[in-house]
Amino acid sequence: MTEAPILEIRNLSKTFSQPVSLGGRITNLFGGKNRPVNVQAVQDVDITVESGEVVGIVGESGCGKSTVARMLAGISTPSGGSVRWRGKDVAEMTAKEHRAFDLGVQMIFQDPFASLNPRMRIVDIIGEAAVKHGRIRRREQRDYVGSLMEKVGLSSAYIDRFPHQFSGGQRQRIGIARALAVNPNLIICDESVAALDVSIQAQVLNLFMDLRDELDLTYLFISHNLGVVEHISDRVVIMYLGRVVEVAPTDALYGDPNHPYTRLLIDQVPSLEAGKRDYAPIAGELPSPLNPPPGCAFNPRCPWATERCRTERPALREIAPGRLSACHLNDTA
Amino acid sequence: MTVQPTSADRPARTRADTPFRRIVRQFFENPLAVFGLIILVGLTVPSFLAPWVAPQNPYDIGTLDIFDSQLPPLSTSSSGDITYWLGTDGQARDVLSAILYGMRTSLIVAFSAVAGALFIGTAVGLIAAYFGGVVDAILMRTVDIQLSFPAILVALVLLSVLGQGIDKVIIALIVVQWAYFARTARSSAIVERNREYVLAARSLSLGSRRIIFRHMLPNTMPPLIVIATIDLAHAITAEATLSFLGIGVPVTEPSLGMLIANGFEFMMSGEYWISLFPGIALTLIVLGINLVGDHLRDILNPRNAQ
Amino acid sequence: MTARQTTDTMPLLRVQNLQTHFLTRFGAVKAVDGVDLELAPGEILGLVGESGSGKSITGFSILGLIDPPGRIVGGSIEFDGRDLLAMKERELRRLRGNDIAVVFQDPSMTLNPVLRVDTQMIEAIQAHETVSSAAARQRARDVLVKVGIPSPDERLRCYPFELSGGMRQRIAIAIALLNRPRLIIADEPTTALDVSIQGQIIHEVRELCRETGTALIWVTHDLAVIAGLADRIAVMYAGRIVETGETDEIIHHPMHPYTRGLIDSVPSGSTRGARLHQIEGMTPSLLELGEGCAFRDRCHRATEQCRETPGVTSLGNTREFRCWHPETGGDQ
Repeated sequence: MTEAPILEIRNLSKTFSQPVSLGGRITNLFGGKNRPVNVQAVQDVDITVESGEVVGIVGESGCGKSTVARMLAGISTPSGGSVRWRGKDVAEMTAKEHRAFDLGVQMIFQDPFASLNPRMRIVDIIGEAAVKHGRIRRREQRDYVGSLMEKVGLSSAYIDRFPHQFSGGQRQRIGIARALAVNPNLIICDESVAALDVSIQAQVLNLFMDLRDELDLTYLFISHNLGVVEHISDRVVIMYLGRVVEVAPTDALYGDPNHPYTRLLIDQVPSLEAGKRDYAPIAGELPSPLNPPPGCAFNPRCPWATERCRTERPALREIAPGRLSACHLNDTA
Repeated sequence: MTVQPTSADRPARTRADTPFRRIVRQFFENPLAVFGLIILVGLTVPSFLAPWVAPQNPYDIGTLDIFDSQLPPLSTSSSGDITYWLGTDGQARDVLSAILYGMRTSLIVAFSAVAGALFIGTAVGLIAAYFGGVVDAILMRTVDIQLSFPAILVALVLLSVLGQGIDKVIIALIVVQWAYFARTARSSAIVERNREYVLAARSLSLGSRRIIFRHMLPNTMPPLIVIATIDLAHAITAEATLSFLGIGVPVTEPSLGMLIANGFEFMMSGEYWISLFPGIALTLIVLGINLVGDHLRDILNPRNAQ
Repeated sequence: MTARQTTDTMPLLRVQNLQTHFLTRFGAVKAVDGVDLELAPGEILGLVGESGSGKSITGFSILGLIDPPGRIVGGSIEFDGRDLLAMKERELRRLRGNDIAVVFQDPSMTLNPVLRVDTQMIEAIQAHETVSSAAARQRARDVLVKVGIPSPDERLRCYPFELSGGMRQRIAIAIALLNRPRLIIADEPTTALDVSIQGQIIHEVRELCRETGTALIWVTHDLAVIAGLADRIAVMYAGRIVETGETDEIIHHPMHPYTRGLIDSVPSGSTRGARLHQIEGMTPSLLELGEGCAFRDRCHRATEQCRETPGVTSLGNTREFRCWHPETGGDQ
C-alpha cells in the first residue's frame, strides 16, 4: 500500500470513573468500603480506515460505538491507546497539525432537534466555524453558507431562518452543511439517520453518497440499523460490550458471518424480503458494562459457548485475508 | 396524555420568525399576563416620571404646609391649588406623590439588586458547570452555605455592619439572592453542555469562551429570566421589610416600605390612608410582576419550545 | 376505503369515517380525515405511516385518548358492537385496560417510577376485578413468564429504574396483557429498542396473539418490522389510508405509488452501491390540504387528474387503494 490509512486507531480505550463522593470518603475514614466505580466503555479497539472508504460500526446500546465516535471527534479524551491520522500519531502532533486533525474529522449527530443551536440563525450555525478558523472572511460568509446550503439540497433563501422553522430532514441537512463548512476529510455519522422517516432517511443516505463522490469523503458510519449499514458500508466492524468482535467486508460479513453474535444479530434484522417468519431471538439481555462476564463477553448468550469461552477472552485474530474475528470456535474448526 | 400534531403539520412561515418574536407573540396571547404587564407599566412609568407628574415634591420641605398634615383622601390643600387624592401624612406630604417617589426608590433598589444577583449568579453557575470537578465543588458548596442562612437574617446582619443607604441595601439583597441564580444557571448549563449542538461546537474547535458565552449562555437564560422576574417581587418585598424595620433606605429617600412604616402609628387613630395606599401600591406591583413571571415561565418552558 | 378483516365473522373493531381534528390558531389540522378499519379477533393489523400521517392519532382516537385541542369530529368507532364515541368517560375507562389495552413507545408512560413492579401489576388487576392479592400476584407472575421475562419473581420486586429499557417495555406489554384484553393498540413499541430485543418482543407478541386470540393494531413507521408480524397492513398518508391489504400483497405488489416508494426506500444489501429510491419533498402541511390526492406533489405518476380526490379501487375482499394511477407492474 502506497498511502497511509487516513485513520488508524490502536488499543483505544475509554474508562468512565465515578470517584467516591465526599460522603463516601468520610465513611471510608470509619471503615467504609466505597471504591470508585469504573466502567470500561471501550476496550482495546483497533480500527483502520482507508481514504475514501465507508466503514460501518454496528452494535447495540452500550457497546461503545458512540464513545469511539466522540473520542475521534475530539469531544471526549481517550483513556488509552493511540490514534494515527494520515500516518501521524495525534499525540505527537504540533498545535497546527492537531487543529487540522480536529477539523478534518467532523461528526453528524443523531437528533436533528438537539444538534442545532435553537437561538442561532442558519447563516451563523453553518458559517461560524469557517470564519473563526479563518477559512473565509466574514463578508464572504453569506455566499459561502448559501453555496453549502445548495450543496446539501436546501434553498439558500432560508439562510436567515432559525432551526425551528425546518423539518427534521432539513435540519439534518443543515447539520451536514455545518460539518462540511470546515472541509473535513472524515465524516463520522453517529446514528445520523435513525431519527428520520423512511422516505427522508433515503434522501439523506443518497446525499451522503453524492457528497462522498463530489468531495472525496471518507465515512465512519455508526448505526444499530443493520440494513442501513449493509446498504452504505464497504466494510463493517461489529462491537459488543466495548470490544470489536468481528471486522469484514460487507458482503462477506452479511453472507457468511463468523462470530456467533454477528450471526444471531443478522438473523434478527427485520427485512421486507424475509416476510413473515419465525425469529430465533437471541436469548438473554446485554450484560451490564459495570459487571462484564469473564471470558468472552458474549458467552452467557451464546448457544455454542464452551468452558474455555467462560474463562479466557478470545483475541481478535485474522481468520481470512481482510477478515478478523474474536471467537475461540475458530481454533477448533 | 396529550397528543399533539407534529411540526410537519404546522404551516411554513416565510418571515424569519426569531425565537424572541415567538415569545412576544405567545406572551400577548394570555389576557392575565397582559393585565399584569399593564399594571406594571401603569405603576412604573409614572413613578420614574415622578418629578414631572407628581402633584408635589414630598421631600422639598419648602413646598409642605404643616396645616395640611393628616388630611383624608380627596381633600384640597389650604392654599387651594392641590387636591390630595390619597390624603396627606403626618408631615403634610401628599400620599400620592410620596407613593410615586417611594415606588421609584423601591424599583431602583429591586432592579439593581436582581440585575447584580443575576450577573454574579449566572457567571458562577456557568463556570461551575463548564469546568466541573474541584471548581464546581467549591463554588456549589459556597452556594449551599449561602442558601442555608435565612435571607432576611443575613440582610439584617449585613446592614447593621454596613450602615444605611440605597447602595448598602442593594449590596445586601445581591448577597442574599445570587446563590439562587447560581444554582439554577448551573443546572441549566449542565443540561446544555451535553446537548448535541454544544458537542458539535466542540467538534468544530470553537474554543471554550465562545462555546460558553455564544452557545450555552443564550440557551441557559430562559429559566434565569423567569427567576429574575419572580425575584424582583421578592426583592421589592425584602426591601420594604428592611425599610419597615428601619434599617433599609435612609429617611431622605423613603421607599414604599418606609411609607407603610411611617403610617403605621396612625392606623389605630383611623388615619388608615397613610399606610393603606402605599400598601396597595406594593401589592399591585408584586401582583403584576407575578402575573407576568408566571406566564413567562409557561412560555419559556423548554417543553413548550417546539 | 376500509382496511377490512379477512374472515366473515363479526368484526371486533369497526371504525368508520373517523375524523380527528386539532383546532389550532392557524385553523383545523385534519390529523385523521376519514379512516375506516375493521379488525377480527386474533388479527394483527399493521398501521404504517411516516410522522404526520395520522397513524398514532388513529390509535389514540380508538383509545379515547385525544385531548384538546384535538377532537373527534366525525365517524364512528364500534368495539364488539358497542359505540365507543357514545360512551361516558367512566365506561370508557373501564374498557381501557380491560378489553382494550395500550402499549406506548416509551414504557415510562405506563410504569410509575416510584412503585414496585408487583404493586403496579396487582393494582392493575384489582382495578378491574375483585381478586385476592395473592391470586393477582400469581397472575402477574404468569404473564411475566408469558412475555419471556427470566426470573419473574425477582423482577416483580424491582423498581422500574432497576430494569433495562427492553425489560421495561416487556413489563409494559405484560401489564397490557394482564386483564386478558381482546384488543391491544401498540404505538411504535419496539422503535426505541435494540435489534436483538426487538426480535424477541415481536416473536413473543405474535405467539401471544395466536394463543390468546387477542387482536392487535401495531402502529409503526417501519415497514420491515411490520412485514414480519402483521396479517394485514394499512398504509396511511396525510390523515388517510391510501392502501390496505394482506401483508404479502402489499409488500410484493404495492399499488399506491407512495407504498411503492416506501418499500423501495428501505436500505438493505440489495440496494448497496446504488442510489436508494427516494420520494422527493416532504409531508405536506395538513392545514393546507385541499381537494385532490395529498401525495400528488411528491408523486412521479401524478397528472392533472390527481387534483380530484381519487376514489377507492377495490381488488377483491381485503385489497383496496386510493389512486388514479396505480403501479401496474406491481412485481418488484
